[in-house]
Amino acid sequence: MSTQTVSPHAGDKRSVLSRALGGSAGRSLGLIIALLALFVIGTITAGDRFASFDNILTIIRFASIIGVISIGMTFVITAGGIDLSVGSVLGLASVVATLSWVQQFATSTNWIVMVIVAIAVGGLAGLINGIVIAYGNVVAFIATLAMLVAARGLAEVLANRTTQIVIEPGFLSAMRGELIGVPILVWIFVVVVAAGWFILNRTTFGRRTVAIGGNLEAARLAGIKVKRHLMYVYILSGLTAGIAAVMMLARTTAGTSTHGTLYELDAIAAVVVGGTLLIGGRGTIMGTVLGVMIFSTLTNVFTQNNLSTSVQNIAKGVIIVAAVMLQQRFANRSKK
Amino acid sequence: MRGLTKSFSGTRALAGVDLTVVPGEVHCVLGQNGAGKSTLIKTLSGINQPDEGEILWQGETVAISDPVTAIRIGIATMYQELDVVDGLSVAENIFLGHEHDRAGVTDRRRTAREAAEIMARLGHPQIGPGREVGTLSAANKQIVSMGRALSHDAKLIIMDEPSAVLDSEEVKNLFRVVRELTKAGIAVIYISHRLEEIREIGDRITVIKDGRTMATNLPVAETPTKELIELMTGRTVDNVFPPRVPVADDAPVLLSVEGLALSGVFEGVDFQVRAGEIVGLAGLVGSGRSEIVETVYGARKASAGRVLVEGRPLTPGSVRAGVHAGMGLSPEERKSQGLILDEPVYRNVTLASFTRWARGGVLNERAERQEARAQLEALELRPADPDRPARTLSGGNQQKILLARWLVHGTRILLLDEPTRGVDVGARAEIYSLIRALAAQGTAIVVISSEIEEVLGLSDRVLVVADGRIIHESAASAIEEHDVLDLVMKGSAA
Repeated sequence: MSTQTVSPHAGDKRSVLSRALGGSAGRSLGLIIALLALFVIGTITAGDRFASFDNILTIIRFASIIGVISIGMTFVITAGGIDLSVGSVLGLASVVATLSWVQQFATSTNWIVMVIVAIAVGGLAGLINGIVIAYGNVVAFIATLAMLVAARGLAEVLANRTTQIVIEPGFLSAMRGELIGVPILVWIFVVVVAAGWFILNRTTFGRRTVAIGGNLEAARLAGIKVKRHLMYVYILSGLTAGIAAVMMLARTTAGTSTHGTLYELDAIAAVVVGGTLLIGGRGTIMGTVLGVMIFSTLTNVFTQNNLSTSVQNIAKGVIIVAAVMLQQRFANRSKK
Repeated sequence: MRGLTKSFSGTRALAGVDLTVVPGEVHCVLGQNGAGKSTLIKTLSGINQPDEGEILWQGETVAISDPVTAIRIGIATMYQELDVVDGLSVAENIFLGHEHDRAGVTDRRRTAREAAEIMARLGHPQIGPGREVGTLSAANKQIVSMGRALSHDAKLIIMDEPSAVLDSEEVKNLFRVVRELTKAGIAVIYISHRLEEIREIGDRITVIKDGRTMATNLPVAETPTKELIELMTGRTVDNVFPPRVPVADDAPVLLSVEGLALSGVFEGVDFQVRAGEIVGLAGLVGSGRSEIVETVYGARKASAGRVLVEGRPLTPGSVRAGVHAGMGLSPEERKSQGLILDEPVYRNVTLASFTRWARGGVLNERAERQEARAQLEALELRPADPDRPARTLSGGNQQKILLARWLVHGTRILLLDEPTRGVDVGARAEIYSLIRALAAQGTAIVVISSEIEEVLGLSDRVLVVADGRIIHESAASAIEEHDVLDLVMKGSAA
């Protein structure tokens, strides 16, 4: 075993820079290099079409919906769980928020009603997941798989398998707008990331999440209300799925039960590639953002070069495996 | 069979170990945690390669390049963590890795027959070869593991702390099996830090410290305990247990337990603990002692009775209520129940109290770290670095983290389940004096230990638990170790 001698006050000295970056900056270095490499490849192969401000905004906008879901997923995975239902909860929320009576009610009051309804549907689905997992002692994988299937089914019933167009004008003009030259969708993503980072790294909620993921029994015996907190974590994940549904409505101007199909896999991939441990106990919001950005940039580079989505998927698969292998090497090293 | 000889010097964790084992003997290797015992075993079983030195096997130099080679030449190893597969049957476990098969199809009948023979040879014919290993007790799993060693036709079996998961009855059976093995000419290397076991089973002792042989081929019968401890720790240990401090007659009762029961596990448990008093619970594994403490704490929901802290009853089954009232538990399994191993030390210390410094849900890590550091300095944690992951600390220092957790929280009632398990002999004395010092400051303490000597030496008052009942209560100074053992045995037979 290599023993490094650390003076008792070393913690305070190194803290200034590294703690400002949440300690994850060092770990994220590999991801930043990968992202930069993709930018170089993009610039070489597609030139100015790729390396323009507009295109970079496109990449971020493309990343934003999966990105918001991935922030919720980061919490769930850090707590040692998994949420497979986020994609279909997104679909369900988009359908409920665009039901004709909801839209009529929104038109007669305020467009924000649609936003609230979508987020509430997400939160409610998360609450059900949380109760079933924390109090019903059902394994998260199974509970959220059941929610995946059920939410998609309910969305189909409610929408009658049709696509419900968003006709509420206030919603469209507000959500499809820009603020200082940057689309609202991107702003939402930025705000969710900032809030997620703060909650995970700076609050008691975040500390409980990490503690439960790191050692559930130790957290319980230290007096932390483990079940209640796990429920909160799944609610949080549901809420981000609801926010993502709002963003989806803004981007596509329609609600449908097929929205968000397979998003859970993209979100899990982004979280794991970002460096959050799948067994829980360590989570990084910055890593998740980088993970999402890597996949989004990859898609953009491939699209700019007119390569098929099939080739893209192969590249994605390779990246996931490579990243997880690197992560395991890191985990092994930290154990020694 | 010719004499097996092996001698080495030098791998990284081993800086010159010499060891000679002859057929039919139980050779004990004694050393503190980190002394290099595990590395030694791994070198013998082919997991590690020595940098220098050589291994002689039946008079010839051998290179044990991997575990398969070790098994082939006749060295089988039973690792500390049970290495059986729960989902497979006894027979499948015994022949794991060298299944009897015809063209890839397992020969179930032959496997079952030979497995049954091996289990009979080990004195456990009642464990059927078809039984799923997951349904067996820890002791019986160990027998299966030993069966695997036999199935390889091993001439040398290395046992790494085989008694760690066993209670004293099961240890007796283990010893019986070991004696049968040695009678058949098989050599056993027995690793342990329980001196009393080595006294019972061992023939000769080799003591290692810091990867070096301190003394070898010591006859078990004639070497005094004091000398062994001195060899292990490199210093003289005279008074392991700190002197008792008399509890004042008017000391308030902090914890009282009334008619507590957990159906099917224990019942009718009554006791009180006063400020400044250390109460020890003695009993076998499975007697209900850990469950009693966990129920008092609220980690299990009592089926009857109640727990009062300073006269106020607690909500049953709520850890939070217990913690809030001022109770703290240092659980039996430090690593799996107590610590978040990859989190820094200070966050482990503040796990029960980090909300205290938070404002509106926002953490104040600076205050947390300061508080944790102050407490850890008082407990002399080594290394004194609050940012190190808890995983990297030794057992004794990990135990200090748990003590620090409750001291920071301001706990007045400490429940300590096996506070010195996995803590080496030198650090134990330190933990004992810490516990005594806490009591002297007015903390009420309940201690559980499998080692009766520890319970008696540390406590003011002793409760003997057998079969889910408290069968005896007396001052610790008024009872001898063998009396407690008698009580425990009688109680569990009744």
